[in-house]
Amino acid sequence: MSSMYRQLIVDRYKAPLFKGKLDNADIHFHDANPLCGDEIEVFVRLDDEGKIKEAKFDGTGCAISQASVDLLLEGIEGMTPDEVMGLDADFIKEMLNIPLTPVRLKCALLGLKVLQAGILIHKKKQEAGES
Amino acid sequence: MISITEILKDFPIFETKIHGKRLVYLDNAATTQKPRQVIEAISQYYETRNANVHRGVHYLSEIASEDYEEAHNKVAKFLNAKGMEEIIFTRNTTESLNLLAYSLGLNELEKGDNIVLTRFEHHSNLVPWQQMARRQGAEIRFIEMTEDCRLDLASAEKAIDDKTKVVSITHMSNALGTIIPVKEVSKLAREHGAYMIVDGAQSAPHMPVDVRELDVDFFAFSGHKMLAPMGIGGLYGREDILEKMEPFLFGGDMISIVSFDNATWNRLPWKFEAGTPNVSGGIGLAVAIDYLGKIGFDKIHYIEHELTEYAHERLNELSFIKIYGPEPKYKGAVVSFAMDGIHPHDIASLLDEDGIAVRAGHHCAQPLMKMLGTDSTTRASMYFYNTKEDIDALVESLQKIYKLFS
Repeated sequence: MSSMYRQLIVDRYKAPLFKGKLDNADIHFHDANPLCGDEIEVFVRLDDEGKIKEAKFDGTGCAISQASVDLLLEGIEGMTPDEVMGLDADFIKEMLNIPLTPVRLKCALLGLKVLQAGILIHKKKQEAGES
Repeated sequence: MISITEILKDFPIFETKIHGKRLVYLDNAATTQKPRQVIEAISQYYETRNANVHRGVHYLSEIASEDYEEAHNKVAKFLNAKGMEEIIFTRNTTESLNLLAYSLGLNELEKGDNIVLTRFEHHSNLVPWQQMARRQGAEIRFIEMTEDCRLDLASAEKAIDDKTKVVSITHMSNALGTIIPVKEVSKLAREHGAYMIVDGAQSAPHMPVDVRELDVDFFAFSGHKMLAPMGIGGLYGREDILEKMEPFLFGGDMISIVSFDNATWNRLPWKFEAGTPNVSGGIGLAVAIDYLGKIGFDKIHYIEHELTEYAHERLNELSFIKIYGPEPKYKGAVVSFAMDGIHPHDIASLLDEDGIAVRAGHHCAQPLMKMLGTDSTTRASMYFYNTKEDIDALVESLQKIYKLFS
């Protein structure tokens, strides 16, 4: 069987490209998976057109959750928040391209869940500001 | 003496290949594998003897009832209870402990009373008492853990006092393997007139249990952790206490006379077994006890202790491994560990790719994990059918995992 831990996953866990924090982030959210203690905090800055200009994450946890969020943040550059809201489990599975068991799929999806929760909060704030 | 080769032949699961590899099963604290004798007893029951118990007067119902009662007798002997009136069959340890929490909690626990537990408890011996304490206005107290992860008996003397109604403690920690000196705690409970309850989920499968020698009022266990099927477990309770205790579940079979307005209760142990029971599970449990008797607890202890010492020795050779819990002489066949920079879920997934089954996570003991300064560990837990080759396979795979991540 092919491994869940192909080189790209291990590399991005050991040396993530998008780890860090952003000041004045437009989108910011922090959540954890209480079952395994994995934690992810995301920061996103938007450009003038409302597209994602820069994204970072901070967190601790397993290689699957941490590499997955790192690859996700790479993939969403230039997208609008609405486009990110349209991403689903299939997108993550395709992006990782590894055989995930149902339990480990939850690890892989944590980053997307945190990011989408952050976007919802951002949208609510915007709506409140407009009205 | 039965050889390990003969033992392994009794467990059909070991013919299953995991990802094309030999199964190395080191998750016995979660559940054990089943010998063919147990599996056959269950199918034989359904093929030739199936009927509801304590109901009909027809032939099948009578032999099913007899077999089911005989299973209670077998458990009574296994725990050295006085007789089957002291043995209640439940689904598992969790249900046994809930029975006690509800029956004693609702009927005897008063505001200002306290319940004493240890820091080692599985969620199943913590959460039911939390709920009852909240409902009745009682306090929960803990017997502390020493720095080397053993029970701090001195703190037990402080925790247990005249307001203690219940002392409910594990016999062996599922997360760390620590064996708890139940008898010493029981003495303190006696001095203060508290009920003494033991969670034996991890001890009954691995060591001889004598409830009278331990001097406890209740002892809860699960069948599936000792070769029996899932869904059958038990509770020993002292007869004079059970006589006075209120039932937990109400309905069929637990009654004596029922009118539209009232009901009286059946004799022991049936007063605590409402509804159609798990007859095939009970029969499977009886066969599992026979099987354990054939191997013998002396031999089981010898094999498991050797394996635990060997696992400690091999894992201590690896600089990147940290073992949680006490030295082998103070614990059962459980080795909980962490690996530098690698999450337990990744370790368990990678071990799985090599056919090795371990548990990763908080082991249903989140507060204990927090005390140890971690969220989760990887746990290898052994039974008498494991071998040194299993430990070698674990160590070899861990070395490979460390290399992959460094």
